[in-house]
Amino acid sequence: MALIKIFHDKCTLCKQCIDECPFAAIEIKDGKLYINENCTLCGLCVKVCPENALEKEEKAAFKTDLNYYKGIWFFAESRDGKLSHAAYEMLNAALKLKKDLGEPVAGVLIGSNVAGLAGELGKRGADKVYVVKGPELEHFQEESYAMAMAQAVSKYLPNIVLAAATMIGRSFIPSVAARVRTGLTADCTDIGIDGETKLLIQTRPTFGGNLMARIVCKNHRPQMATIRPKIFDEAPVISNDGNPEVIEEKFDASGLKNMVQIIGKEKVENTVDLQEAEVIVSGGRGIRDPKNFAMIKELADALGGAVGASRAAVDSGWIPYPHQVGQTGKTVKPKIYIACGISGAIQHLAGMQTSDYIIAINKDPDAPIFRVANLGLVGDIFDVVPALIKKIKEQKG
Amino acid sequence: MKIVVCIKQVPDTFEVKIDPETKRIVREGVESIINPYDNYAIEEAVRIKERFGGTVTAVSMGPPQAEKALRDTIAMGADDAVLLSDRQFAGSDTLATSYILSCAIRKMGDVDVIVCGRETLDGSTGQVGPEIANHLSIPYVTYVSKITNISEGVMECTRLMEDHYEELKAGLPVLITVIKEINQPRIPSLKGMMKAKKAQINLWQCGNVEGEPRHYGQDGSPTRVVDVWTEQMQKSGRKVEGDAEELASALMSELKNLGVL
Ligand SMILES: Cc1cc2nc3c(=O)[nH]c(=O)nc-3n(C[C@H](O)[C@H](O)[C@H](O)COP(=O)(O)OP(=O)(O)OC[C@H]3O[C@@H](n4cnc5c(N)ncnc54)[C@H](O)[C@@H]3O)c2cc1C
Ligand SMILES: Nc1ncnc2c1ncn2[C@@H]1O[C@H](COP(=O)(O)O)[C@@H](O)[C@H]1O
Repeated sequence: MALIKIFHDKCTLCKQCIDECPFAAIEIKDGKLYINENCTLCGLCVKVCPENALEKEEKAAFKTDLNYYKGIWFFAESRDGKLSHAAYEMLNAALKLKKDLGEPVAGVLIGSNVAGLAGELGKRGADKVYVVKGPELEHFQEESYAMAMAQAVSKYLPNIVLAAATMIGRSFIPSVAARVRTGLTADCTDIGIDGETKLLIQTRPTFGGNLMARIVCKNHRPQMATIRPKIFDEAPVISNDGNPEVIEEKFDASGLKNMVQIIGKEKVENTVDLQEAEVIVSGGRGIRDPKNFAMIKELADALGGAVGASRAAVDSGWIPYPHQVGQTGKTVKPKIYIACGISGAIQHLAGMQTSDYIIAINKDPDAPIFRVANLGLVGDIFDVVPALIKKIKEQKG
Repeated sequence: MKIVVCIKQVPDTFEVKIDPETKRIVREGVESIINPYDNYAIEEAVRIKERFGGTVTAVSMGPPQAEKALRDTIAMGADDAVLLSDRQFAGSDTLATSYILSCAIRKMGDVDVIVCGRETLDGSTGQVGPEIANHLSIPYVTYVSKITNISEGVMECTRLMEDHYEELKAGLPVLITVIKEINQPRIPSLKGMMKAKKAQINLWQCGNVEGEPRHYGQDGSPTRVVDVWTEQMQKSGRKVEGDAEELASALMSELKNLGVL
């Protein structure tokens, strides 16, 4: 599907385009420049050619191409050899679209040793699984993952590509979109198919959650979106012997230039992944002192949850930044969010207001947090929280 | 070392108004500031210069009044600034914005480090940084929380992932997006403010950027906003008052109802 035109009479075989091409899509064959199927039409070659010997056949490409793009893809995120919750959520999102679009659902696994995970996706309803593998993909790294995904997209031409807006998803998916030159909608809180146009309708908050926008990508494919974690439930197991069609792709690393290398890892001190937690107990400025976070932690532990914080608490140095919830911190959607001594500034709400059930404890009856709370307790956290911990302990015996 | 920092001017408010016709945000009458997350990017760019030598160029794409934001970056220690402003750039989504910025950066020549904010207050996509890197075919690292060293063409840095930090090595040129944890942005010095006042902000228009105009603005933007609305956020919640014992009991029974106890 190479749509780059070569004027062989102008080409001097200087190889600058070959060096520049991120996809190793240009070679010399029989003494002539040749563009192979790796080409994503990114056009970099056109730009570097000193002789103007290359041209992109743009207009024709877009109109006809749209019909070639079929299938609903999702990035099946895995960490340490296991599928993440996000992968199942994306599968569910894709299955929802399938109902209205009727196109097959395919997961994309990227890694060095991930083929074994395909069956699990099949059991939960995936029709196909693409496995892009190679030793360079053992650890997550933006460039190699983006290239792996872009290679598969350019080869199989899906209509839609979804990925969770986890740190991994938000890190490398933009690069995939730029490589295949299509639009990307970030951090969607809802997606659907338009009945008439069959376009992907992408809904997302902007301006700190104050404003919702509906976005479409009309003339470019694939239609790409990252979706906020925990918006969709995980796709349940629907059959015991899921046998999806598995398509294995060997990662072509020849275009990898200057890969970023991981030289060390460090766990964040006593944190669980806030975005995966079912219960979050958060403390704000009302906590008053770093040592009072022990009380918050005790409550979180008693409920099997994680500790969050407002920016005020983080900025005061009471608890490290990875705990921060909100616009500048993490976006979370636990089953239960308990805000202790947090006023509920719009920037904090932006990160937690889609939680399933919100409980607020605040001594100021007019605190804005009560506007989003399902259950609001007007009282002093230093009285209520210890009393609650005591009750929980009594019950557990 | 040649350092570029990408900044955006955003409206200083969350009380946004929407033009029902164009579905665009009404910016008139709202004070504009540097995107708060970009302050960390500016500070880090200036620190790189102070630690390892070099120059810092701030670049922003936006309306003519974004010049003010660029002046502020000079007050914080940037050496010069380029404003990319042209009617043709209007209506750009992240793909077009990043394309225009990348053309400008390419034109600056031999840039070693590009620093971006984590995301913007208005768009909040966090996509522009990675997409710039892609248009320039250079590696990038998102969510950087610390730069340990830059020497012999290699940057060592730490980045935050969901539940851990990663230490990385990246060859230059490299683009990074930084998080709040990386530094505490400085207050401009008096000298800085004087310098900013006198500084010449370079204006680059369509013709200066040397990209392909069909990738600019609306034409170059695959995505379209088809609808915008404000969400009434409120839940029909229940508020309970009483002494600690009553409140704790109310909470206890609710937690039981919710199935966590
Ligand atoms: C660009 C930008 C980004 C931001 N990003 C974030 C973000 O990501 N996350 C975030 O949280 N904030 C963010 N903020 C800050 C936000 O605007 C608020 O300043 C912050 O959320 C306030 O934190 P707080 O509620 O803990 O503190 P406060 O607003 O000071 O509220 C403390 C609350 O505790 C109550 N209280 C005090 N003592 C007690 C007690 N003993 N018992 C019960 N209640 C008590 C008080 O009544 C009060 O309501 C951002 C701001 C900006 C400008
Ligand atoms: N118009 C712009 N001009 C310069 N830099 C920008 C612009 N838009 C975004 N950026 C940079 O890209 C980052 C991410 O922006 P966004 O993708 O809009 O969330 C910002 O923090 C800036 O560093």
